[in-house]
Amino acid sequence: MNIDHFKPAIVYTIYIASTPAKVWEALTSAEFSRKYFSGFAIEADLRVGGAFIARAPDGSVHISGEVIECDPPRKLTITWNVNWPALVEKLGPTLVTYEIEPSGESVKLTMLQSHDRPIGDDILSGGRQGWPAILSSLKSLLETGEPLVIKMEPPQRMLAALKKMGIGTPS
Amino acid sequence: MPKPEFIYVSYIETTPEKLWEALTSSKFTKRYWWDTSVVSDWKVGSPFALVMDGTTTDVGEVLEVDRPRRLSYTFHHILSDAGRKERPTKVVFNLEPYGKLVKLTLTHEDFEEGSVILDGISKGWPAILSSLKSMLESGTALAIPRPCLGIEELSRS
Repeated sequence: MNIDHFKPAIVYTIYIASTPAKVWEALTSAEFSRKYFSGFAIEADLRVGGAFIARAPDGSVHISGEVIECDPPRKLTITWNVNWPALVEKLGPTLVTYEIEPSGESVKLTMLQSHDRPIGDDILSGGRQGWPAILSSLKSLLETGEPLVIKMEPPQRMLAALKKMGIGTPS
Repeated sequence: MPKPEFIYVSYIETTPEKLWEALTSSKFTKRYWWDTSVVSDWKVGSPFALVMDGTTTDVGEVLEVDRPRRLSYTFHHILSDAGRKERPTKVVFNLEPYGKLVKLTLTHEDFEEGSVILDGISKGWPAILSSLKSMLESGTALAIPRPCLGIEELSRS
């Protein structure tokens, strides 16, 4: 997949007292992700073209995608498509890139959510709400051994905007 | 064009009162903000300054004080010529209890189009607020190399 025409719409940077290898593992393994990502299991076949899945606690596949770039423990790019009817057809694929850089004794983790077309603020509000919660919890998990207990409200603004576009969302 | 502003959200396992103290007291800022002091009596209309290693980098005026919910001040970077030329901007901290956590939302807004300060603070705030979260949760602030703050770049500009 050619990703040259994708542009970042959301960028979130967080510094973590950890190592690049541990941050990479936390981002790509179900054992870690279940703790910081509301019970979701990341299942990634870590090679270019490999499958990338986020499985909901009920076992259903919530996000499915493909590994586009894989350079452990420095850079991972995946398609990140929520499995709601007509979502990819109407919004195009969503690309997520994690950049992991050593920064002194810490790690700088940058998440970029990119799209191949302009996406409105209503739709982006979902990612703007979700990423800080997920990555704040990941940082706490790696630094203190305990994730955060964040009870997320459903992203109402995004859901309403998707519904208006005729994209099927959970009722 | 998106509005020239920077917004950063962090969830921190602490109380609003402790977070407020960490944002407004030099005793704490010196630990997580590279030896930076916040100088103000935190009354509306009072002056505000950031002093790093004895050098004043930013000045402003306190706009809102609603302890421990909302704090805002104007922000004028004075270390570089480029910074001094730009109009003062506005920093707002919102602290919301969130279960056993606090949701901290920083909004830094009212930048001129093409602001060089916006570039600098977009690098600096994630480092500062990551270090603040670490200090409150684990007791140890982060030892992030100072260039990550974006200050040196500003001084060269």
